[in-house]
Amino acid sequence: MNSDKITKIVLFSVSFIILILAGGMVFSLVGGAIPSFKTFGFGFITSAQWDPTEGKEQYGALPFIAGTLITSLGALIISFPLSFATSLFLGEYYRNTRVAKVLGTMVDLLAGIPSIVYGLWGFYVLRPFLISIGFDNQGFGVFTSSLVLAIMIIPYATSLSNEIISMVPNDLKEAAYSLGSTRYEVIRYVTVPAARSGIFAGYILAFGRALGETMAVTMLIGNANRIPDSLFSTGNTMASVIANQFGEADGLKLSALISIGLLLFVITGIVNGIGKLIIKKMS
Amino acid sequence: MKSVSGIDNVGIRTKKDRIFLGLVVLLSVVTVSPIILIIFKLIAKGYKQLSFGFLVEKMPDTMQAMTAVANNELIPGGIANAILGTLLMVVLASVIAIPVGIITGVYLYENQGKWMANLTRNVSDILQGVPSIVLGLISYMWVVKHVTMGFSALAGSVSLAIMMLPMIVRSTEETLKMIPQTLKEAGLALGIPYWRVLFGILIPTGFSGLMTGILLAVSRVIGETAPLMLTALGSSVINTNISKPTSAIPLVIWEFYNDPNMVDLIWSSSLLLMIIVLVFNLTAKQIASRRK
Repeated sequence: MNSDKITKIVLFSVSFIILILAGGMVFSLVGGAIPSFKTFGFGFITSAQWDPTEGKEQYGALPFIAGTLITSLGALIISFPLSFATSLFLGEYYRNTRVAKVLGTMVDLLAGIPSIVYGLWGFYVLRPFLISIGFDNQGFGVFTSSLVLAIMIIPYATSLSNEIISMVPNDLKEAAYSLGSTRYEVIRYVTVPAARSGIFAGYILAFGRALGETMAVTMLIGNANRIPDSLFSTGNTMASVIANQFGEADGLKLSALISIGLLLFVITGIVNGIGKLIIKKMS
Repeated sequence: MKSVSGIDNVGIRTKKDRIFLGLVVLLSVVTVSPIILIIFKLIAKGYKQLSFGFLVEKMPDTMQAMTAVANNELIPGGIANAILGTLLMVVLASVIAIPVGIITGVYLYENQGKWMANLTRNVSDILQGVPSIVLGLISYMWVVKHVTMGFSALAGSVSLAIMMLPMIVRSTEETLKMIPQTLKEAGLALGIPYWRVLFGILIPTGFSGLMTGILLAVSRVIGETAPLMLTALGSSVINTNISKPTSAIPLVIWEFYNDPNMVDLIWSSSLLLMIIVLVFNLTAKQIASRRK
């Protein structure tokens, strides 16, 4: 066998590791989840009971699924005006200027801050601030978590929409200018419609990020195993309940937590898949 | 297109335009303000504790911390156990992830358009989206349960390596795509063996691009807490055995956060973590911008 063939085989077999890894992950997660799904059936997803008392253990993931979706959706809503404005700043108004470069670097650095540091900041700075302005009287819960999550996902939403916005062809915009449009009108009637699906995909990917964030949410959501009933209610997300309860878990409880991990894996997979599909359709 | 058609309302339209620009600038400033606020907060509250001793001494116990706080002194000791733990686990994760990631990236580049490569690329993208806590669960089930029979640095490294892998794969492929095809063709025309064309020409040419990807991947995993809670667990002593529980900087921050006596240490530890992450991040950016 010549060396070219060996090289090809080595490349192929090493890259096969990724497939094995992914397959193994699904296999292990499903395997670990079986005991709890066997015990509770489909009710595991629809039940809101989470009771680890020995003898009458009862696990349902609904509060955590709800908590995850609510906080992530909240984060998306809060981050929308911010990251949309930032991507216009970077991709349209100040494209290729020094100030955009500085701002862009700072936005990227937001993505570099570790989750636990966001959590500390949220706990020691944002929480007292929200209480002091009378916005929220305990400072824990869905709203505070969404707010910090919003900051965390801004870089992901911004980087894609900024790129797409700056790629809108100049002649389209110039045509609108020549008709006497103001810059705002160009953005509103030309740039944004042309970049719409890219901007949308960016938000979907950012949403996928928010779903799996763990530490910051764990520190801010208040760890109550119930379905949040208001914006300021405490709760738990799928990621935070794993982080919180893993330490003392074995047997059925461990299986329940792994099941939640499996659900989280599936949900983020679907959300990211949709985002990637939109991007693929565009190009 | 109603508002565009009017000529008589130019005043309103210009005003609208100005207001919109003002809004964009204002919201953009609001967007980046957290990074400044966070860094200032960390410096303001953390700089006093950050000394040479903080880097080379091991973690104090709760009693020492309590006495120091009661006497209004700085808490003694440092987080050397955590710094070494982070170093150990990140190096180990890199050793696992970098070779596999680069070779997979080369494979994807060399097999553009083939279904197997497309599948691998899509799976790698999916892996990149998997929440880090789920990777922690995976590593727990694989390494903690079956390999090291207990919480361990190796388990932590495996979860971090799985996290790094897709990032390195992607950056390798993207980097190689930017290298002119002619370079490779010239190599092959000279009769250089295929593997030397790949690893003697392509990889060195794209070295700075690969380096950027690796540094960014490292800076991402250094701050990871959640997967390590499920795998490395933490330890108050300096540990160099990869099959034993090990501490890490984010892990001690979590410990300090949960211990009222030690809570003063969170700021200096976070400041240190932030400095490390920023250095990696900005170095990567610097290398990337010099390429252009």
